[in-house]
Amino acid sequence: MTKVSMTVNGEAAEGEVEGRTLLVEFLREELGLTGTHVGCDTSQCGACVVHVDGKDVKACTIFALEAEGAEVRTIEGMANPDGSLNVIQQAFQDHHGLQCGFCTPGMVMSAAALLAENPKPSEHEIRDYLEGNICRCTGYHNIVKAIMAASGQDVSRIAAE
Amino acid sequence: MPKDHGIGAASKRREDVRFLTGTGNYTDDINLPRQLYVHFLRSDIAHGEIRHIDTSTAEGMPGVKRVFTGKDFEGVGGLPCGWQVTDRHGAPMQEPAHPVIAQGKVRHVGEILAAVVADSRERARDAAEAIEFDIAELPAVVDMKAALASDAPKVHEDLTSNLCYDWGFVEDNRDKVDEAIRTAAHVTTLELVNNRLVANPMEPRVAVGDYHRATDESTLYTTSQNPHVIRLLMGAFVLGIPEHKLRVVAPDVGGGFGSKIFHYAEEAFVTFAARQLGRPVKWTSTRSEAFMSDAHGRDHVTKIELALDADHNFTAIRTETHANMGAYLSTFAPSVPTWLHGTLMAGNYRTPAIYVNVKAVFTNTVPVDAYRGAGRPEATYQLERVIDKAARELGVDPVELRRKNFVTEFPYATPVAVEYDTGDYNATMDKLAEIADFAGFEARRKESEARGKLRGLGVNCYIEACGIAPSNLVGQLGARAGLYDAATVRVNATGSISVMVGAHSHGQGHETSFPQVIAEMLGIDESQVDIVHGDTSKIPFGMGTYGSRSIAVCGSAMVRATEKVIAKAKKIAAHLLEASEADIELKDGQFTVAGTDKSVAWGDVTLAAYVPHNYPLEDIEPGLEETAFYDPANFTFPAGAYACEVEVDPETGKVTIERFAAADDFGNVINPMIVDGQVHGGLAQGIGQALLENCAYDANGQLVSASYMDYAMPRADDVPFYAVDHSCQTPCTHNPLGVKGCGEAGAIGSPPSVVNAVIDALHSGGHKVAHIDMPLTPSRVWAAMQG
Ligand code: FES
Ligand code: FES
Repeated sequence: MTKVSMTVNGEAAEGEVEGRTLLVEFLREELGLTGTHVGCDTSQCGACVVHVDGKDVKACTIFALEAEGAEVRTIEGMANPDGSLNVIQQAFQDHHGLQCGFCTPGMVMSAAALLAENPKPSEHEIRDYLEGNICRCTGYHNIVKAIMAASGQDVSRIAAE
Repeated sequence: MPKDHGIGAASKRREDVRFLTGTGNYTDDINLPRQLYVHFLRSDIAHGEIRHIDTSTAEGMPGVKRVFTGKDFEGVGGLPCGWQVTDRHGAPMQEPAHPVIAQGKVRHVGEILAAVVADSRERARDAAEAIEFDIAELPAVVDMKAALASDAPKVHEDLTSNLCYDWGFVEDNRDKVDEAIRTAAHVTTLELVNNRLVANPMEPRVAVGDYHRATDESTLYTTSQNPHVIRLLMGAFVLGIPEHKLRVVAPDVGGGFGSKIFHYAEEAFVTFAARQLGRPVKWTSTRSEAFMSDAHGRDHVTKIELALDADHNFTAIRTETHANMGAYLSTFAPSVPTWLHGTLMAGNYRTPAIYVNVKAVFTNTVPVDAYRGAGRPEATYQLERVIDKAARELGVDPVELRRKNFVTEFPYATPVAVEYDTGDYNATMDKLAEIADFAGFEARRKESEARGKLRGLGVNCYIEACGIAPSNLVGQLGARAGLYDAATVRVNATGSISVMVGAHSHGQGHETSFPQVIAEMLGIDESQVDIVHGDTSKIPFGMGTYGSRSIAVCGSAMVRATEKVIAKAKKIAAHLLEASEADIELKDGQFTVAGTDKSVAWGDVTLAAYVPHNYPLEDIEPGLEETAFYDPANFTFPAGAYACEVEVDPETGKVTIERFAAADDFGNVINPMIVDGQVHGGLAQGIGQALLENCAYDANGQLVSASYMDYAMPRADDVPFYAVDHSCQTPCTHNPLGVKGCGEAGAIGSPPSVVNAVIDALHSGGHKVAHIDMPLTPSRVWAAMQG
């Protein structure tokens, strides 16, 4: 067991981990931050996406020890300081961008990373960026729409209002 | 004017807040004090005799509490099958034993050989690797037709063959159908495969067993669509735990699509092991395990013949289907290719004579059961493909051929034993023509051709039987359960309401849509109403969520219970207002004496019910809480028309979906936003089946598509924005809300139009391709183009 410490959602976090402990396991099991989900074992689904030092990372692809000293942000740290939903979260609710909610934390974290680097992505750019996030419920329609809306674009003309 | 609350309003989902902030409570988020972990050692051989298993090394490894094998389950019941199909000759289906842990033999890759329980997940996994076993491999049967050969190896040596049943429906129609086909002006024949799929809810299955010796109570936390069904099956048939000592909790569940209906071995194991060890036992499936242990879906091979007269009226349909059951009978497996498939073979059309034959076959593969649509997609696909093929052979417009044969008068009794109560198939087709812009297709095709691409338009209709199901009917058909649902409406003293429902929400948004109904009925705010679901210790005995039944069946129970609440509340109001009960009206949360301005508010009445100081105690009990069980009088029949437009790259065979439109008739709609979302999700699954997804076995029974590297899930860039519409509404005639259900339509209705569109595109490029089996991968399409 090795000691690991990092900042998670702005607070210092530490614990004892094995070398093989994944970041997602550390977050879920050591820190009890169960908002980050595990949907696969081949790094394909994106349910586990978190931000490490500002970049979106699949938390099942790195060991906890690799995040030593890093700034980690998870879905639990995304709401506004007053606890209300942030712009992306609110857009997901407004546009029904989630159903069972299992892929949702990863979708929100990926969307936040996309909008940080591309503040007004096109439909195509959004679909392309979400290539690593699988949702089985929504058929993606309302996820793409929510992200466009969160970036301030007019989505009222998209089919099937 | 769209409503902003109550029935018909696009109320935002209240459950979203917890899911968007990472505060949901999924089963894997549950960790109990002193919890142990189980790792299942699974067979990597499809068919073999277990010669010997040595667990002694594993048992001595650090942290290991106990290793279980088939021996430990010799005295324990097997997993029961919930539906018995009777074959053409009146004999019951062959029904093999289904052990929790393999006994003597393994019959599919993924079957549980042994289970290691340890104090950490890693230690359990490490110890499982130290189990020594010797399995003598036997030849595996994978192909269904080969499995029926007289010399085929038997999956179950105690059965007479690999044939589970040979079902004929309606057997009395058989000669009439044969005759109609013999004498028809035209017969179109099509052989096709409905590809095997894996449901793949994004949340893998999880089960946590707990046991309290002091009270002799067991609790199972599980990823289930129907906790009471699990309690019944596991308690009564597997472990022998009486209901009052067994609680099943299905908290937030991350999608199901059918695969979380069934009672699985892992659920029984953790409950059993927790009792044995006196500590909680947890199992979390990996995705790889999910591929080889979740029930698969579809996997039908069909020959369909459609007979037409000289005027192109359909005169008969004859089908012959082989349906894969896998190695064991999963909970509802036998019902899928029979009662959920044969009964839908009339589709939206007047075809006087129909005969459906289904041979269900055991193979050395994972059990196959219901997956979103379950039987109905298989019926729709073959029917809507053969109609398109017939139109092409006859040189007529495929939409006109459909319209010509539509059922237009309701109720309509089909020759396959169901009665459609309402519908308007021309209306949905008209709406489809509008939202899919049929008129603009030729211009779009030219534009595609100018870019060197082939463009095709494919259309299909569908009908499904939802709102499952009248208990007395399904009982006659072999169901070993009733299919009603239940709701308890508990009005609290200050007027807020908790509704305990048998339906289970795992993405469908019941926590939002169900209160809309009650708010509408009582004239109070939706926020006054909360839904409680997923815990057998809190909810009345209900059958859960599948078959697009929640609002049609459980919603009806909720309406009935609310009506009882209103009736009692009116009595109380009459007393408070010193008026006659018959004169009391309820509107906007106020009880008023008709024709006067005397009224009393909802909250005053509810308070009087719980603080009965001024109350007719001699006539009615205090309190305000009512339960209703609702057993539907018939199925509901959602129907619609779908259109897909594709581009095919003639160089590579790659298909892209350019446009997709869905015009549905779901009857009345409670929350249009949620309904749109249900259709979107179904469409992606149907498009996935048509273009991408395929669960593949090799000839030795090895599962070759056992991860997301090999099983192609639809991703955001595989699908377009969809145009969906549900403004055509012919309300269901036999349930109080006039609702039909919308959960499966998208998945049922979409595969044929995708395939029809690709065939259309290929023909436009001069490739006279009659059919390509799903999934329409670039290599299959390209090969078809080469002739
Ligand atoms: S769990 Fe990390 S990508 Fe699937
Ligand atoms: S909302 Fe269920 S997987 Fe995306």
